[in-house]
Amino acid sequence: MSANAGRADRAGVRDGETAARAVELAYIAVVAIVLLLMMLFGLTMRAAQAQYLDVQPRLFYVLLTMHGAGMVGIAGVAGAVVMWHFVRRHVPVNTTVFLANLVLFLIGAVLILGSGFIGGFAGAWTFLYPLPAHSNGIWSANAAAAYMLGLLVIGVGFLLLHLDVLHGIWRTYGSLANGLGLKQAIGLKPEKTGPPPAVPAATMASIVNVLGIVIGAVVLILSLVNLYVPSFTMSALVAKNLIYFFGHVFINATIYMAVIAVYEILPLYAHHPWKTNRIFYLAWVASTVMVLIVYPHHLLMDFAMPPWALVVGQIISYLSGLPVLLVTAFGALTVVHRSGLRWDTPSGLCFLGVLGWAAGVIPAIADGTIVVNSVMHNTQWVPGHFHTYLLLGTVAMFLGYMTWTAKEVPHETIGTEPAAFWLYVGGGIIFVVAFLAAGSASVPRRYAVHLAPWLTYDRIGSLGALLVVLGVGIMVVQFLVRVPALARLPMTAVAQPLPEAAAE
Amino acid sequence: MVVQNVVWAVSIILMAAVVGVFVWVADGASRHVVDHAPLTAAAYRLRPWLFLILALAMVGANWRTLIELPYRAVASARVLAAPVQRVQVVGEQWDWRITPNQVKAGTPVAFHVTSRDVNHGFAIYDPSLRIVAETQAMPGFDNVLRYTFEQPGIYQVMCLEYCGLLHHVMRATITVVPR
Ligand code: HEM
Ligand SMILES: [Cu+2]
Ligand SMILES: [Cu+2]
Repeated sequence: MSANAGRADRAGVRDGETAARAVELAYIAVVAIVLLLMMLFGLTMRAAQAQYLDVQPRLFYVLLTMHGAGMVGIAGVAGAVVMWHFVRRHVPVNTTVFLANLVLFLIGAVLILGSGFIGGFAGAWTFLYPLPAHSNGIWSANAAAAYMLGLLVIGVGFLLLHLDVLHGIWRTYGSLANGLGLKQAIGLKPEKTGPPPAVPAATMASIVNVLGIVIGAVVLILSLVNLYVPSFTMSALVAKNLIYFFGHVFINATIYMAVIAVYEILPLYAHHPWKTNRIFYLAWVASTVMVLIVYPHHLLMDFAMPPWALVVGQIISYLSGLPVLLVTAFGALTVVHRSGLRWDTPSGLCFLGVLGWAAGVIPAIADGTIVVNSVMHNTQWVPGHFHTYLLLGTVAMFLGYMTWTAKEVPHETIGTEPAAFWLYVGGGIIFVVAFLAAGSASVPRRYAVHLAPWLTYDRIGSLGALLVVLGVGIMVVQFLVRVPALARLPMTAVAQPLPEAAAE
Repeated sequence: MVVQNVVWAVSIILMAAVVGVFVWVADGASRHVVDHAPLTAAAYRLRPWLFLILALAMVGANWRTLIELPYRAVASARVLAAPVQRVQVVGEQWDWRITPNQVKAGTPVAFHVTSRDVNHGFAIYDPSLRIVAETQAMPGFDNVLRYTFEQPGIYQVMCLEYCGLLHHVMRATITVVPR
């Protein structure tokens, strides 16, 4: 290679790095802002249930719908930026596709916010057929359609992104099975030859999300037709199966993407790598299958389902806990234990993310038990368990990645970081435990108005929520003020060089 | 034994245990061992035992909980042959029609639950406002929920599937009279 061509190559790499970096920063900023906004919606709902605020049911259910869709979507975007950042070190991915996903997300978000705040759509984020078409005069078919189109647009963005990631993995490792580490998992190849931890996670999340999004698109399109052609109907039970398959897969994929931050960041602090042994690969292979077949645990109270499917739902719910507890949680604990690591906000948040996930699995499994579901289905036990592994799991991992990125630029507000961290942790625990306690006292979920005996839970929960908003608010502001400086940083300081560039 | 109390206690204890382990490790993290390899190796020798304990606990829990399912398709012939009080339940935004809405304690009740419009959730609350049984009310399906009231009293029905604007006021009562 001539010297000139070498220089041109290097410049090209540098431009590519700068573009990638800019899009990543845009992702993080969008997630930070949307997360905070959606948390304010959540706080408003909790305070309304506590009767601290006077919110009309009509607005409450719009907020519920916007919070649900907004949080699930933004958790996906948060997972996407974490996955993309780290997987890009190992496989070629396309920055334009990455950007397209963000743009499509924003277009979808505008459609969804419009459907709710202009059109009054409040069919909940799960748009459970046939509710969108049966509002009893509260919202129009057009409002419901705007919501569902919004979801479709967001789905297309994610589909493109996941296909691009899978394509990169395929090119680098020869097959998706190799990306997962299937041969290492079943002992056909020595475990040392397996892919680095980010790759099986990205492979798994992308495979399941492609399937989930395709099924989601099918049921969205059928529901859209039903909106305008009421004589076109489908089985409510089939629709519910499709919707929960999609919903379950998508929300779970957010954790499987976000956990890559833990795999990559904690070892940097602990000064030794994350051990990817045979069990690690086996766990990711098993999770790929389990996340696809466990969704009937959302239908345990649908007595028309074949009982075997529901029994499978229960058993797989239990089994799904094993990889989380024995591989990711156990792995994080061993990496950190006696490592001499110095805790700071990013490392603390990554570690917390694993804790939130591992702890949240427990009440989730409880509710996945048929006899328990019989008396706790659709109580606040459900938001109790999923906020544990979303708010204190996925979001903690994302915030770990966000604050780790921001570390490159020192800032005078950095002194408030520990306070923000503890507000978030303390508030988060109070907030989720209040939901769980309310659920075990049979308080229904998704109620705009609560009965007098339930208010104590709501008030304690509101307090926790307020602390979370304060803590996350501080972290978000600290990040946003540093964005301009982060964007100006020389690339060498922020991104690890691409292998090609390093080889020169 | 109230299911909810057991579940609450077990979940909180297990979650607290997980938190405890994480706090312990986080606390010891700053102490540095020069050679980490033996530590890691020891930890990984521990893991099969942890797996065994968890697996046994899971088998036990499933064994215990899968024998009594609420589904008619797997009910025993003896249960199906027993005389029941039949109650028809129809949900419709935002009301329940429950006929009859008075039943006797001690004799099984078979609730035939359906909906005329969207999905609703049929949940029976005892007089102390605790859920005792649930099933979904789904348009086009007849879900049969069997439940035997032991105590007389006024039971509440609440909607536990989000069904639109007045979801939270979709309530009704069932009167249970002494046997
Ligand atoms: C300060 C933080 C948060 C607050 C105060 C909050 C509050 C709430 C409240 C009050 C509800 C309704 C509970 C009910 O059914 O009675 C809810 C539901 C929900 N939240 Fe959050 N939340 C927060 C963070 C999050 C995060 C981080 C996520 C996901 C990443 C999330 C996802 C959801 C979802 C999916 C629902 C279900 C919506 C539905 O039932 O349709 N929330 N939240
Ligand atoms: Cu209802
Ligand atoms: Cu309802």
